[in-house]
Amino acid sequence: MEFRSLRGVVKALNGVYLTVHEREIVGLVGESGCGKTVTGYSVLGLLPKPQAQVTSGRILFKGDDLLAKPQQEMRALKGKVISMVFQDPLASLNPVFTVGEQISRVVRVHHDLEKKAALEAVRTALQATGLPPTDALLKSYPHQLSGGMRQRVCMAMAISCGAGLLVADEPTTALDVTIQMQILKLLLRLRDELGVSQILITHNVGVAAQTCDRIAVMYAGNVVEEGPTADVLKRPRHPYTLALIECLPQGKSAEQLKTIPGAVPDLIDPPAGCRFHERCAHVRDICRDTMPTPFEVARDHWTACHWVQEKSGRGVGVTTGHEPGVGAAGVPFNRDPGIEHTAGGGPATGESGDDIRRE
Amino acid sequence: MTFRAYIIRRLALLVFVILGVMAVTFVVSRVIPTDPTALYLGGGRHTPEQKAAAREALGLDKPLVVQFGLYVKDFVRGDWGNSLRTHRPVLGDIMGFLPASLELILSAMALAVVTGISMGAFAAYRKGRLADHTGRVAAIAGVSLPSFFLALVLQIVFFRVLGLLPVAGQLSISVAREYPVTDITGMVVVDSLITGNWVAFWDALRHLILPTLALAAYCAGTTMRMTRSAMLDALESDYARMAYAMGVPDRVIVGRYALKNAMAPVLTVIGLLFAYALVGTFFIEQIFAWPGLGTYATISILNLDYPAIMGVTIIVALAYVTVNLIVDLIIAKLDPRVMLS
Ligand SMILES: Nc1ncnc2c1ncn2[C@@H]1O[C@H](COP(=O)(O)OP(=O)(O)OP(=O)(O)O)[C@@H](O)[C@H]1O
Ligand code: SF4
Ligand SMILES: [Mg+2]
Repeated sequence: MEFRSLRGVVKALNGVYLTVHEREIVGLVGESGCGKTVTGYSVLGLLPKPQAQVTSGRILFKGDDLLAKPQQEMRALKGKVISMVFQDPLASLNPVFTVGEQISRVVRVHHDLEKKAALEAVRTALQATGLPPTDALLKSYPHQLSGGMRQRVCMAMAISCGAGLLVADEPTTALDVTIQMQILKLLLRLRDELGVSQILITHNVGVAAQTCDRIAVMYAGNVVEEGPTADVLKRPRHPYTLALIECLPQGKSAEQLKTIPGAVPDLIDPPAGCRFHERCAHVRDICRDTMPTPFEVARDHWTACHWVQEKSGRGVGVTTGHEPGVGAAGVPFNRDPGIEHTAGGGPATGESGDDIRRE
Repeated sequence: MTFRAYIIRRLALLVFVILGVMAVTFVVSRVIPTDPTALYLGGGRHTPEQKAAAREALGLDKPLVVQFGLYVKDFVRGDWGNSLRTHRPVLGDIMGFLPASLELILSAMALAVVTGISMGAFAAYRKGRLADHTGRVAAIAGVSLPSFFLALVLQIVFFRVLGLLPVAGQLSISVAREYPVTDITGMVVVDSLITGNWVAFWDALRHLILPTLALAAYCAGTTMRMTRSAMLDALESDYARMAYAMGVPDRVIVGRYALKNAMAPVLTVIGLLFAYALVGTFFIEQIFAWPGLGTYATISILNLDYPAIMGVTIIVALAYVTVNLIVDLIIAKLDPRVMLS
């Protein structure tokens, strides 16, 4: 995925492999600018045109490549099957329409309903996000609500048509701490009660640890490690994940805090090979020209690193076990660096092993 | 603040603005160093007694403050003084000329608002594409051509060259004679429509086209540019992105979500353009021999007919303030956040 910008071509995403199973929350963590939001936009087809170009890769949702879908079909999916909430709930809501007006508009876009019936659906959605489905709330404008309520309203809109996959881009960053916890609990409830699979984008490893079933760590446009939350946090394999966890502030004073030496590379002219090699403590020659491909280090735990691969006693470039993305849908793994999501199917079908992948 | 409290506050403000305008025009017209009594009395020499009587009749012997107080009082009662030139009540004269101007201004503004907003919204939607560039060229042409020049070009093309449209007055003389229009609102197009006088209606409409175009060009261009930029902001906003993420069709996002948000700055500009049109029509009326307020104002100014000048000025100010009040009320209705401030 690239952006054509005045400064040059920003090679924003390069190797994103990500799988979301049904009823699962996958955390997408990484430093600012590593491409988390762009990944989320890619799934929903929200990348700004014409600057953004997807050069290769696939996003498979229940076996269908979303990138290959015509716009009209994609529009019918958005909000109904896959939806998204954003960081700033106040800005995300239309200031000149009431809560009821804007959510029922979304409902009526996807379902042929009368105004009244649509409002009933709105009430149900509001209730599912823990808001009182009162007339007063339906008639209020976004600026009249508190931050937490606004984010719940956004979520109600996102699930109002029964979406099975929700991309939540830093949904708690703009809120204060107590409200943050409530919103995270809401995400868990949506997963458990409505079966909504989620991609939770956050730069906060702590948030991901509390909420996610699996975690994908991104660095400079690549997913460098992906696996079950406990595994990734307790036994990180990739040098970047190791460094990231070392740097967590938990229980440390300011002097003890570590930082990763060096700076995030400029994505207009990213380093060849592994994009982390200029900052990596374990860098070897091959890292400077060959991009590592993900391989399975433990069950369902993948990482893309030459060093880990060498340590694990396998030859460079050799991967064993089944490759990422070969799920029940039987979609062969795309060897080109790309993003991959295997998205949880909607609660309606109950099928498993749906894939999404792309670059 | 409730909507009603907001309206009351705005009306109070309006009264003060009008008083201010009246004070300024009053002082200016009294300071102009000519002798109004000479105009009042007509040509020839006058005795000091005649002059003193005239001064008294005009109220010129009283202190300025008192004169102003009396003027305001009379103004409110509908007595705007008598024209020095026609000796008839100013208000009556103005009411005779106003409808023709109103007809022209309203049709020009309606045309400008409809084309400006729709073209601006479409250009924003198609940003950087052919429609956007074409729209930009058209808007720049509309804004940069002086209206009197455009009027002359229109006259040459549509009257002289193509012979399609008339260029003078509101009605052809023959039509006015054979199909007289009953005076209801004073606006010929409206009156002929109401009374079902189709021949006159068609003729009046044809007369209205060119002056409307000449007056509307600048307003349409400005409205279009303002709409385009406000719509771009709205279409790039987070709530538009959220709507796209929810699968809301482009048509709804552009025509409802974005447009309703973009309306506030656009309406503000339209209010200002109304002021432009009020005065811009003075030129256009001269060029198209349009029997409107501009024609009346021009004659009054040339004759230093100060009660008439004051009357016209106040009418223009009143119209302007009223339009802006309406604009602000619409904005407050459209955007629920306005009431808070
Ligand atoms: N419209 C754009 N034009 C050019 N470059 C862009 C554009 N949008 C994003 N980028 C670049 O893509 C990269 C990834 O951005 P992205 O917003 O996905 O980061 P992020 O991981 O979400 O960071 P944050 O935590 O700050 O939200 C950044 O280097 C950014 O500069
Ligand atoms: S591939 Fe090489 S440079 Fe990249 S993280 Fe692994 S060891 Fe470091
Ligand atoms: Mg982001």
